[in-house]
Amino acid sequence: MDIGNAWNVALKDFKIYTRKPSVIYATVAMPLIVGVVFPLILDYSLHKSAKALSAARAPGLMDAFSIWFVIGAAVIPTAIASYSLVGEKMQKSLEPMLATPMSDGDILLGKTISALLLPVAALYAGSISYMALMDYFTRGTLGYYYYPNWHIGAILLAAPLAALLSVEVNVVISSRMTDVRSAQQTGVLLMLPFIGLFLASEVGLFVMNDTDLTILAGALAAISVGTFFVAKATFQREEILTRWR
Amino acid sequence: MHVEEGEVFGFLGPNGAGKTTTVRMLACLVSRSSGTATIGGYEISNRADQPKIRRMIGLLTENVGLYEELSAYDNLDFYGRYYKMGEQNRRERIQYLLEMLGLWDRRGAPAGTFSKGMKQKLAIARALIHDPQLLFLDEPTANLDPEASKTVRDFILELKKEKRTIFLNTHLLDEAERICDRVAILKTRLITIGSPQDLRRSLSGRKVKIQVQRVDDSMVESVRKLGHRIGDVTANSFVVDLREPEKENPAILRALQSAGADVVFVTEVGSSLEDVYLKLMREG
Repeated sequence: MDIGNAWNVALKDFKIYTRKPSVIYATVAMPLIVGVVFPLILDYSLHKSAKALSAARAPGLMDAFSIWFVIGAAVIPTAIASYSLVGEKMQKSLEPMLATPMSDGDILLGKTISALLLPVAALYAGSISYMALMDYFTRGTLGYYYYPNWHIGAILLAAPLAALLSVEVNVVISSRMTDVRSAQQTGVLLMLPFIGLFLASEVGLFVMNDTDLTILAGALAAISVGTFFVAKATFQREEILTRWR
Repeated sequence: MHVEEGEVFGFLGPNGAGKTTTVRMLACLVSRSSGTATIGGYEISNRADQPKIRRMIGLLTENVGLYEELSAYDNLDFYGRYYKMGEQNRRERIQYLLEMLGLWDRRGAPAGTFSKGMKQKLAIARALIHDPQLLFLDEPTANLDPEASKTVRDFILELKKEKRTIFLNTHLLDEAERICDRVAILKTRLITIGSPQDLRRSLSGRKVKIQVQRVDDSMVESVRKLGHRIGDVTANSFVVDLREPEKENPAILRALQSAGADVVFVTEVGSSLEDVYLKLMREG
């Protein structure tokens, strides 16, 4: 694989979706909500609500909220990946690109970079804001800075892997979808298992501790490797030109 | 089937005949089911050769497939990058192509705002960005209005002057007749191959139309006596079947003059490529 080629493909995609504000909004909205709105909610619940939460519950809530970075990572790349793949399929711009000397792997890697980079950057930026604001709002109540800690470390390890899995799943989905919206709607379904895990931990079926998160990251890495081979087999010149609908 | 260097080769056939699939195979986009083909000495099914073939060729796909959100300049610039062209080289080549196609003034406008003809021209420029010697053009004037078609055709003729090898997929017979040195007619298999002129002659032999001030029986008889078949006699013209008009015309004209004819025009007439094509399609 040629990184230079892949980067050119990614650059082209970046240039295209900077002209699509809806894609940018869809990418930054969730990290912004988790990174800014959730700390404000906690601040309100701890300090301003009539029925203020006890300080002892703050760490649990902060850990629970931070799971949304993983859920977000599973869903955010869908906006870009669907434009990047189904959008090109609709514009019929894949075939001329496939006629260049670039390999299928170069193009797939370029598409993966373009779909991963901005969402992961947005998630990390959101997480920095999240940690800073949470520490700012809870320092006085807890008496120490809660972040950074191993929990958010595991979250930030799992998030890019969830994003990678999302991109790979989108490659597979894109081979069967004929419009961007359907691809996005189908891709978003990937967040359901993560929401399931979140809800299960919230209702007390199990506690999502640092070890669980690390196991989750490992599982995501393993699933991503498996899905990569499916995506690679799906993203081949002949498949794209003859089987993609 | 062999396409010569510098030749404009037309690939004709009805929809579904396999023209686009053939081009895709030659451009190493889909694999062949049987047979073989080489381009510039490289074998299309050899994986190691495929990137070299792709570097050698330019492909205008059936659908222009431009990045509609990007400017004309950026569309070409990214393709220049895909072919690993240096920045300076890209800049000069893009300017040359856009100026030649009359799009330089619109270089900053998104391709999505272009008319169909402009998009087609931009797509041709994209196929030429890396200066390939072999160009595959798949239905370059399909869906274009007559003016845009003419612009594109004229541009192909310009490319022909540059001695590029052009493989032209089309079902527009008039276009093939005007542009191509040779054509192949396809209907899921190769039916025939030759120059448009040879194919026309193969169908109908050669004929000349002789126009005189007024036709009378003695004139027609004088030509018939030379052993030629006469057809389509009108008040001031008749058609004569010939094998070699270059050799047979002088004797015919002498016979006509002896019969008192005032010859106005002698014109070679023949079937059009369309007649040949339709006949071959009927025969399968």
